[in-house]
Amino acid sequence: MAIEVVTGNHAAGYALSVAAEANRVGRGAACGIYPITPQTEIVEFVARFPFTKGRVIAVESEHSAMGVSIGAAMAGARAFTASSSNGLAYMTENIMVAGYYRLPIVLAAVNRTLGPPWNIWADQGDTLYLRDFPMIQLYCETNQEVLDSTVLAFRLAEDSRILLPVMVIMDAFILSHTQMETDLPEQDLVDRFLPPLNLPHQLRFERPTTVGGLTWPRETLSQRLEIDEAMERVAAAYEEHRAAFEKIFGRDPGGAISAFETEDAEAVLIASGTIASTAREVVRNRRARGEKIGMVKMKMFRPLPGEALLDAMPRATKIGVLDRDYAAGVGGVWWHDLRAAMQGRRDGVLMQDYLTGVCGGDVTPAMLEEVIDDLLDRRSAGKPVWKGIDR
Amino acid sequence: MNVTLETQDPITCCDECLVRPGNTNCGGCGMSVGLIMLDRALKSAGQKCQLVIPACCGIVTAGGYPTTGYSVPVLASTFAASPAFASGVAAVRDLNDEPHQVICWAGDGGTYDIGMAALSAAAERNEHIIYICYDNEIYGNTGGQRSSATPPGARTTTTPVGKQERKKDIMAIMAAHRIPYAATLSIAHPEDFARKLDTALHLEGFRFLLIHSPCPTGWKSEPAESIELVRLAVGSGLFPVYEVLDGWKYRITIKPNGADPLEYYRRQNRFPAAAMDADAVRAEVAGASARLARLAEVFPAG
Repeated sequence: MAIEVVTGNHAAGYALSVAAEANRVGRGAACGIYPITPQTEIVEFVARFPFTKGRVIAVESEHSAMGVSIGAAMAGARAFTASSSNGLAYMTENIMVAGYYRLPIVLAAVNRTLGPPWNIWADQGDTLYLRDFPMIQLYCETNQEVLDSTVLAFRLAEDSRILLPVMVIMDAFILSHTQMETDLPEQDLVDRFLPPLNLPHQLRFERPTTVGGLTWPRETLSQRLEIDEAMERVAAAYEEHRAAFEKIFGRDPGGAISAFETEDAEAVLIASGTIASTAREVVRNRRARGEKIGMVKMKMFRPLPGEALLDAMPRATKIGVLDRDYAAGVGGVWWHDLRAAMQGRRDGVLMQDYLTGVCGGDVTPAMLEEVIDDLLDRRSAGKPVWKGIDR
Repeated sequence: MNVTLETQDPITCCDECLVRPGNTNCGGCGMSVGLIMLDRALKSAGQKCQLVIPACCGIVTAGGYPTTGYSVPVLASTFAASPAFASGVAAVRDLNDEPHQVICWAGDGGTYDIGMAALSAAAERNEHIIYICYDNEIYGNTGGQRSSATPPGARTTTTPVGKQERKKDIMAIMAAHRIPYAATLSIAHPEDFARKLDTALHLEGFRFLLIHSPCPTGWKSEPAESIELVRLAVGSGLFPVYEVLDGWKYRITIKPNGADPLEYYRRQNRFPAAAMDADAVRAEVAGASARLARLAEVFPAG
């Protein structure tokens, strides 16, 4: 074990590399890579890594980067790639294929505002818009969490009960380019955590199939249903792999949700990514003043851990959702989805959306103080509240 | 000389045959003949293949899940990405020292148009894959729209009065990548066709093969005349049959025999007779043939 001071990109690049290297006893590792700010350092790290049995292919587009990784995974190798923003948008068709082909590809994503205009700063809109695809989404708060979640992601993705791609996500610059103390695990520990990949539907000569050919409505429906059943199994499988991770690496990679002071909280903030750190500190200060406020950090967005969230805040009557994203004509994506998760289960709860840090603006403690004040004063929920701009 | 589906015993070619009987391909389809030729070449070379097929008639050939019209593993790729998918499959093959070929089988839409970027990139990286384009000069699968491979004058559903632009010279583009091997193949010349496949199967790196693939549905031609049509295309110089080694050494393997290109046009209802300028067509073909002949003379392959 070595504690080093590294960026989020370095943590992700390291995790992808050692996880892929762990499959050298299997069919190896291969991936396609393509640069885009702010994730470029991830693919640069991977390109430099001295794989024993691996090939990193620098291609001409994100679409092809995922295409190479799909081909590699289908041939039985451990595969991954990384992207951001418009790169993810350009990659989208093949992200969808990775999911529908049930390939355990890990995608490191650095949240960057979708353009136009040209904006490189943090906004979760680029990954949240992929919400309808068969892909697990994990949002991270620290560089250590990026590393741990990435290593864990392979084991979760390759679990035969799951077989879905996993996207591990961090905020642009706030994590991607900020150095933090991070424990970078030795290869042998990662080897112990990640057994060689055995993809059941790998391309084989013994039983030749046409993968992805014409499929009738009923058969396609059954494939979608299988995805739904796999998604249903994610919550329990995640907890198993989380426990196994803690056993081998000696630290908790974090739950699908992490509740802070929510047992008796009447008002709860829900946050994800690095905003969770700021929200936790603000909530801690308000608690010290005797206010019954709590917060929940959402790590998992897909599948949405709605039940766990409800269980975590039994007394909440007011929920403020912090969205670093904006879905046109709707508001925040987290708010939209969480409101649906509440429907019929906690109908009396006031759920208010706050658009904080959208397009990469800073989310300060003062801003979140305003959010809490607004939430506590409310008698009813209204339209999403835009923060960081006067209107 | 003509090798057609009918000469194959449909029973004996069942499980051993690359493309099995019972598929829904149209009568007179050049792609079907191409697949059979590929099968023979693989068997003759003692090689196996995995196919990567983007959206095109070739993936429809597989039929409905869970059956498959192919006797080899097939990975359907997104329309634009077959060379990328194949690069991943081939990389893992090489990491595991496996001997089989990874072959992209794509139409002209997936090659000349939407797949151009991924194709160019895979060629530039000199990936160890074979890319075969069966060029029927049309988006056949969607009912016959223009592609950049559609020849001038041809009526398609999106060029109702005939295409106004030239056909893209894909061979020049691929040769410019300096890949080890690029060749054009005609199903009317099966021996040349087989030799080029065999050459490709024994070379390392990126190999590009272009098949002129008649499509009676899109060409508005008689299915029984498919072979004759592409023979006319070769004879008249409309479809030059040649190979390019390392991107600059040329060899014309079937020389034009002086057939009139207008005869090729007249036998397909996709070409509105009134719109064809016979002299201009003859001049264009003669110019292209002369240019290629000069290349083969100045930069001969062996």
